Amino acid sequence: MNDDSLLEMRGICKYFPGVKALQNVDFTLRKGEIHALMGENGAGKSTLIKVLTGVHVKDEGDIFLKDKGKVQIRSPQEAQNNGISTVYQEITLCPNLSVAENIFIGRGKGKFVKWRSMNKKAQELLDSLGIAIRANQQLASCSIAVQQMVAIARAVDMECSVLILDEPTSSLDENEVAKLFTLMRQLKERGVGIIFVTHFLDQVYEVCDRITVLRDGTLVGEYKIENLPRLQLVSKMLGKDLDDMADIKEAAPVYEGKDTTPVYEGKGLCSSEGINPFDFEIHPGEVNGFTGLLGSGRSECVRTIFGADKVTGGTVKMDGKPVKITKPREAMMNGIGYLPEDRKRDGIVGDLSVKDNIILALQVKTGFFKPFSKAKALEFANEYIKLLDIKTASVNTPIKSLSGGNQQKVILARWLLTHPKYLILDEPTRGIDIGTKTDIQKLVLKLASEGMSVTFISSETDEMLRTCSRLLVMRDRKLVGELTGDQLTQSAVMNTIAGGEKNAE
Amino acid sequence: MPNNNVQPPKASLWARLTRHQIVIPIAALLLLTIFNLIADPSFFNITLSDNSNGDPVLGGNLITIIDNGSELAILAIGMTLVTAASGGQDISVGAAIAISGSALLRVLCGGERTVDTFKNPLILAFLIACLVSMAFGAFNGVLVAFFKIQPMVATLILFTAGRNIACWINNSELPVVNDERLGYFGNYIPGIPIPTPFLIAVACFIITFLIMKFTNISLYVQSVGINEKSSRLNGLNPELIKLMTYVLLGLCVAVAALIKVGRISQINYSVIAKDIEMDAILAVALGGNALGGGKFSIASSVLGAYVIQFLTTTLYKFEVNAAALPAFKAVVVILLVVMSAPTVREKFSRLGRKLKKSKTAEAGNS
Amino acid sequence: MSNVNSSVSAVKKTRKRMTDTNLLTTITVTVFVVMYVCAILFLKEGFLKPQTMLNLISTNAYLIILACGMSLVMITGGIDISVGGVTALVAMSCAVYLDMHDGNVYISMLIAIGIGLAFGLVQGFLIAYLKIQPFIVTLAGMFFARGMTTIVHTNPFNVSNKDFVELKDTRIIIPLLGSTTKKGKFIPATIEIGVIVALVIVLLLFCLLKWTKLGRSFYAVGGNKQSALMLGINVQRTTFISYVICGLLAGIGGFVYFMHVGSGSPSHATGAEMNAIASSIIGGTMLTGGVGNIIGTLFGVLTLALIQNIVASLGLDQPWWTGITIAAMLCIFLVIQSIIISRRKKADMKAAAAQSNKEAAPAS
Repeated sequence: MNDDSLLEMRGICKYFPGVKALQNVDFTLRKGEIHALMGENGAGKSTLIKVLTGVHVKDEGDIFLKDKGKVQIRSPQEAQNNGISTVYQEITLCPNLSVAENIFIGRGKGKFVKWRSMNKKAQELLDSLGIAIRANQQLASCSIAVQQMVAIARAVDMECSVLILDEPTSSLDENEVAKLFTLMRQLKERGVGIIFVTHFLDQVYEVCDRITVLRDGTLVGEYKIENLPRLQLVSKMLGKDLDDMADIKEAAPVYEGKDTTPVYEGKGLCSSEGINPFDFEIHPGEVNGFTGLLGSGRSECVRTIFGADKVTGGTVKMDGKPVKITKPREAMMNGIGYLPEDRKRDGIVGDLSVKDNIILALQVKTGFFKPFSKAKALEFANEYIKLLDIKTASVNTPIKSLSGGNQQKVILARWLLTHPKYLILDEPTRGIDIGTKTDIQKLVLKLASEGMSVTFISSETDEMLRTCSRLLVMRDRKLVGELTGDQLTQSAVMNTIAGGEKNAE
Repeated sequence: MPNNNVQPPKASLWARLTRHQIVIPIAALLLLTIFNLIADPSFFNITLSDNSNGDPVLGGNLITIIDNGSELAILAIGMTLVTAASGGQDISVGAAIAISGSALLRVLCGGERTVDTFKNPLILAFLIACLVSMAFGAFNGVLVAFFKIQPMVATLILFTAGRNIACWINNSELPVVNDERLGYFGNYIPGIPIPTPFLIAVACFIITFLIMKFTNISLYVQSVGINEKSSRLNGLNPELIKLMTYVLLGLCVAVAALIKVGRISQINYSVIAKDIEMDAILAVALGGNALGGGKFSIASSVLGAYVIQFLTTTLYKFEVNAAALPAFKAVVVILLVVMSAPTVREKFSRLGRKLKKSKTAEAGNS
Repeated sequence: MSNVNSSVSAVKKTRKRMTDTNLLTTITVTVFVVMYVCAILFLKEGFLKPQTMLNLISTNAYLIILACGMSLVMITGGIDISVGGVTALVAMSCAVYLDMHDGNVYISMLIAIGIGLAFGLVQGFLIAYLKIQPFIVTLAGMFFARGMTTIVHTNPFNVSNKDFVELKDTRIIIPLLGSTTKKGKFIPATIEIGVIVALVIVLLLFCLLKWTKLGRSFYAVGGNKQSALMLGINVQRTTFISYVICGLLAGIGGFVYFMHVGSGSPSHATGAEMNAIASSIIGGTMLTGGVGNIIGTLFGVLTLALIQNIVASLGLDQPWWTGITIAAMLCIFLVIQSIIISRRKKADMKAAAAQSNKEAAPAS
């Protein structure tokens, strides 16, 4: 084992029934290094992390730790004892306990809790890391971003040598990401090795030193960041040369015969989620987007359009005729479809089969007393499995066993099956590998060319710039601007979001 | 592009059967059957003899099982739906049966203590009993669906108050109906040798089957039980669906009450349907349904209900004291649940794999 | 850095907010006090005497103990509906031992503890290590206990063992409290031994939950089992211990019950488990886990008992009134709890969003 390395994994293999999740994977983490672990969905990233953290037990291979030699990690507790800490995308803290308790629980000697010293130590830790909360407040009263930082504070306090951050920035906005990176650099100087698992290319290039790429459960290679330009990284992840994504909009056909009547027209829409009343309209064949900082109200806007949140005001016209849309059902009956932002919470119905998930929306549209025959349901499901290239063992597999990207495709299939006039896609590409991302963007443009109206929301602005012909900018739950045509550039978007007079910065 | 396995693979009947949850009650049934065959094969004899009215009726342990298990089976239908949609159980069904039966008798007796013929038509009494139990079902449903209270806790209210309410309906009295027509529902219709409760149960099964086939109730209930938020975004109304399941359970309660009251043509508030809620929940669990909600199989629960009755009858045959019965039921239930627990199953399958490995290793060596 | 400092000071300015647990408990205690005051004001006669209050506690000492165990299990996210059955079994077994085997009172205490512990160990193992649903396991436990009570002895009877009867009739005098009869004689207020036992247990459990790591891990497991596992807590062991303690307390509570009634009977403590659950809920313990407080549970029991007393004093002694009033109380508390908690969640989310937006806005 190298003197420089904190962690070496050699020849790791892991099998699940019918699937070879990892085959002969090597991974090295050096002292004071931020190391990105990348790969498409199904590449084996999360399995590798779970093997390292004791959630899964490896079938073959060895793990070596600095100063400890070969180790066996069979449980999260053992991983923790070996100085390996993980911060997951989903907060693994207890919301009903205080911040200080969450930092110190489950470790330390002694059977009794010393509240005063615990609170004091916790507050010192929080202050030193720039986390602005009180140590004795209930964790549930903190935002998700803050909760994540508490999780990291815990890891820091445990003096871990290896810190694994699993998709930590998915729920954070730019400021919070910057704070996180500052924290990470601090830890780097202390000699901690950080494994950074993420889909955000920009962030990888901003903060990482090395990249390890996995594909289909095998190791593609380990590279220093300066030796691997972006396009090469992407092609290694996909295993082929990628089309230049910037060209897809030009290549896509455009919907001819634009009517002047908007498919959907809403005035003074507002909901219980506190967005200021806004007007919105969209024409057939148009693709538009909502952009803005996290929490600016993008998702809330489209949820109001779909009736997903409690609608408190506004009038709606579809194809020029006034209609009432206050509930998802009413929106559906009027030809609107909605792919939710949080697919696990709002999208999939986990234990139901892929087939049932696909036909669900259409079935509800058709009615309680008109169930589809088994044959018809099968036909529907197969049609879309083929169309969207959904990878599943069978139509009857529970959707929860599919990978994230394929789950997303099933939800997309569900709404496409209802043949909506207007489809709302909220973060359809989040947490999805690059190959599928491009497929979805191409599909959106194709649907638009066939006359469907689409609203596309993504936190990756360049995706929206690639697919949308009109961008609505939100700030602080208010619609503040609209960009079309030549204005569709990154800098114009940023400026509109920041808003107001030109800053002297 | 790799070929997607688009047609579901034709699994063998055995594989499909063992994967379905109905395996659990079937296994229990087999165990009990084998046990009784060994202990005393005459257990299974069916007799045809004359009852006190001079009509020929079927008798024997098997008949007792399908007869006495009927109320439980009917309740199991409603309880399965409630469990599937709201992820919890309704522990007030026993009390609800008391209320419903009480209402039934009150209408039949027209407020008097003892009657020799119905003071009001039976159909009216039954309808009122249905309305009453469905109203209480709606009460539970509203607490669970709209106030988001945990089902076991919400139904604790009716569980505590129910029998008292039943008492109040008849002013603490125990009305008796001497009209023999009431007895038809709990015992035998003259000329039909099969006990009526079973016929009523079968009718309920048929109606349930038709409802499942011609409506989307199965898909909706499962969807709501698995992921309420997602269901809402697909146009479903989870509150209404949950409420509906509780009201349907109320309907089942009314039918069960009719049978129970029909057996003895009177009612005893503190005793009627005592502990039946526990048996109903057991039936649902024995049927392999997830008590936390989601996918369900009514057929499995119904079979589970009859298995529980089978167990009870077997124990009576061995002259176990009625009050001590619960102890035996408990042991059997624990054994069954332990055997079907995922951790235990995993250990067995791992054991099986080890044995296979050592066998192939031996075969390889030799 | 200036951004951080201004946020820190902004946070420190917001008022200290009570945790969910404390809020619910406060509601319960307030309700109890208000009810008692109303009772004194409107039903004067009996309620002014301290003895009334003390009798309330004496009669329900066993329920306090049972409810404490139940709260513990509920905080961990589980439930134990066997406690009533265990109480009856303990009472019957001790009765049989004392009268028919000429037993020693202290050994009968050991029997009580042993029975409770046995139930706790077996149920705890099945639930924590074999991961079987708590409802099913403890339901079976309840069936088993009730059945065994009948098998141990079928008919109810009073215990005549001399030592035991002495113990049963012992009263502890509370100095200074008491009432004066019409003739001017001062009768000091008394309580049964069981009350001391109950209060000691309440104190012990309170300390356990607040000051020991084990106690905090109960809350953690109840708050989010998956997280607790990831945080390095031995979830299985924690769950196991909660059921063992609950079983142990059921055994102790059973003996206290036995001391109160002085007999064994298969129909003892019917519905005790539901009363324990109701008391815990009224006391602010949530069935979903992670929230709960022993003091609240104590007041939950007292509130329940007070209701029964008030109802009786009002002359509503038809058999159905008690059941209906308890049910109504439970209903009201559940609705209040659910409204409060959901309001808090909404407020939290709004505050959190506002906070992140404030920090995101560039300092201009």
